[in-house]
Amino acid sequence: MTTVIVEVMPKPEILDPQGKAVAGALPRLGFSSFASVRQGKRFELEVEGEVTEAVLEQARKAAAEVLSNPVIEDVVSVHVLGSQP
Amino acid sequence: MTARVGIVTFPGSLDDRDAARAVRLAGGEPVRLWHADGDLAGVDAVVLPGGFSYGDYLRAGAISRFAPMMSSIVDAANGGLPVLGICNGFQILCESHLLAGAMIKNDHLHFVCKDQTLRVENADTAWTHRFDAGQEIVVPLKNQDGQFIADERTLDELEAEGRVVFRYVGGNPNGSRRDIAGITNARGNVVGLMPHPEHAIEPGFGPGVDGLTFFASAISATLATA
Repeated sequence: MTTVIVEVMPKPEILDPQGKAVAGALPRLGFSSFASVRQGKRFELEVEGEVTEAVLEQARKAAAEVLSNPVIEDVVSVHVLGSQP
Repeated sequence: MTARVGIVTFPGSLDDRDAARAVRLAGGEPVRLWHADGDLAGVDAVVLPGGFSYGDYLRAGAISRFAPMMSSIVDAANGGLPVLGICNGFQILCESHLLAGAMIKNDHLHFVCKDQTLRVENADTAWTHRFDAGQEIVVPLKNQDGQFIADERTLDELEAEGRVVFRYVGGNPNGSRRDIAGITNARGNVVGLMPHPEHAIEPGFGPGVDGLTFFASAISATLATA
């Protein structure tokens, strides 16, 4: 099994309410080093057999058309687990 | 003759029965449609009801968009079929690209449930033509992912083309851009809004009967063209 990782983040210009809530909680719990937090999504797509360029292309297409909504999110990475993002 | 208004049920729809009841009280015949079918059964209009279809997994409305029934609705809507998306239905219409923009979590992160005043900004759509432009109405609002957003250019376009249909009055309940509560497509047959007109249709239950006018508008619009 090989795993393709897709990472999706809210667009930088969009206030991320979830990240903001986490950012508010951290200092209350003593984690005071972090100025802000943004929360995104990571998808792990398992592939039986080899991850060919065609498989990666399909992952990129799924990332753009299904796993993210371009109005509010950016696909920041599509890569094979263990490889350099 | 009676206008036949389809109500689509997805896994996780909650307000489909209320929407069907609203159609009936407005004088139409509700026709229940199932998300996995592709047949619109010859209906004259369609309502996508509120709820949490597919548990709102991935994004609100994101998975429902790929239901066979949605493919039929997108085609029919592009041909002029009146379509109303309420709450989760609005989110599905945005994910389907029938309407612009998207919804994210409310800016204050809380679930909202209240009677909400709205101003009718566009009284020319299939679902609002029996209102007066500028009229204020009250219908319930209940959601968690109700913050309407779009980029500035899209917002300017919506404003310039009169496609903002409803605006929140008396305070913005969820951080929606420019107080937008509902919008329409260029043709005016597809309308989506976060508040729930189907919960304001009977005296004594909810804030009043302003919601009936949505359904009465669509019913009279379809009869006029029949």
